[in-house]
Amino acid sequence: MEIQEKTADRNLLLAFSGELDHHGARDALRRIELAIDAALPRKLVLDLAGVTFMDSSGIALILRSQQRMQLLEGSLLVCNVPPQARRVLDAAGISRLVTIR
Amino acid sequence: MRTKSSNDFTLEFPSRSSNEAFARVAVACFAAQMDPTLNELEDIKTAVSEAVTNAIVHAYPDTIGKVTLRGRVCPDNVLEITVKDHGRGIPDVDQARQPLFTTGGEERSGMGFTIMESFMDRLTVKSTAGRGTTVTMRKRLAPRVKAAK
Repeated sequence: MEIQEKTADRNLLLAFSGELDHHGARDALRRIELAIDAALPRKLVLDLAGVTFMDSSGIALILRSQQRMQLLEGSLLVCNVPPQARRVLDAAGISRLVTIR
Repeated sequence: MRTKSSNDFTLEFPSRSSNEAFARVAVACFAAQMDPTLNELEDIKTAVSEAVTNAIVHAYPDTIGKVTLRGRVCPDNVLEITVKDHGRGIPDVDQARQPLFTTGGEERSGMGFTIMESFMDRLTVKSTAGRGTTVTMRKRLAPRVKAAK
């Protein structure tokens, strides 16, 4: 799991690539939290374009990111979700809780 | 006596999280003989990932134990996957199957069983405290018309 980070004008973009499963989730979660703490963004964008596989570990990452952004009174956007990951999010009803584009 | 159309495999591996990817790729390779669509293959991999992760996270929280993964081609183009552990067991299976219920850490979502149920046709969970858990999942793959050669 690789995470590329880009900050511009208090917007934080995290672009994920590789497989987002439990094996990589703990490390990914820690890196997301460090990036949020460093940038204190108003808006966090999780770009999943490069995710080749995702299971419910990805749901946990998105929900934790949402909680962190709520604490900062900021917003979260999840974008470029590949079809397999989209089905996982839909099965869990996550699109009702999180903005996905 | 086995019919020619049946086929199966059994794999055993330690409950290390690096084996999650191994398990789902192994099942995908096995399922390939059933000529699945890409969506079906992805659904199967996702369900296997959830079941194996459960064994790794919950059956053996502080130890490394054995996880057994079985696959079987059943009549009517049905794929059956079994994930078995000899870990601590699930005290209340019905509760564990509820969406968002988890006893895992903050990196778990409690959606594993929901995803297995959603992506497979049938899911059975048998668990005995202190003895382990067996998860069996079945999915019928849509028959595909072979292109004329």
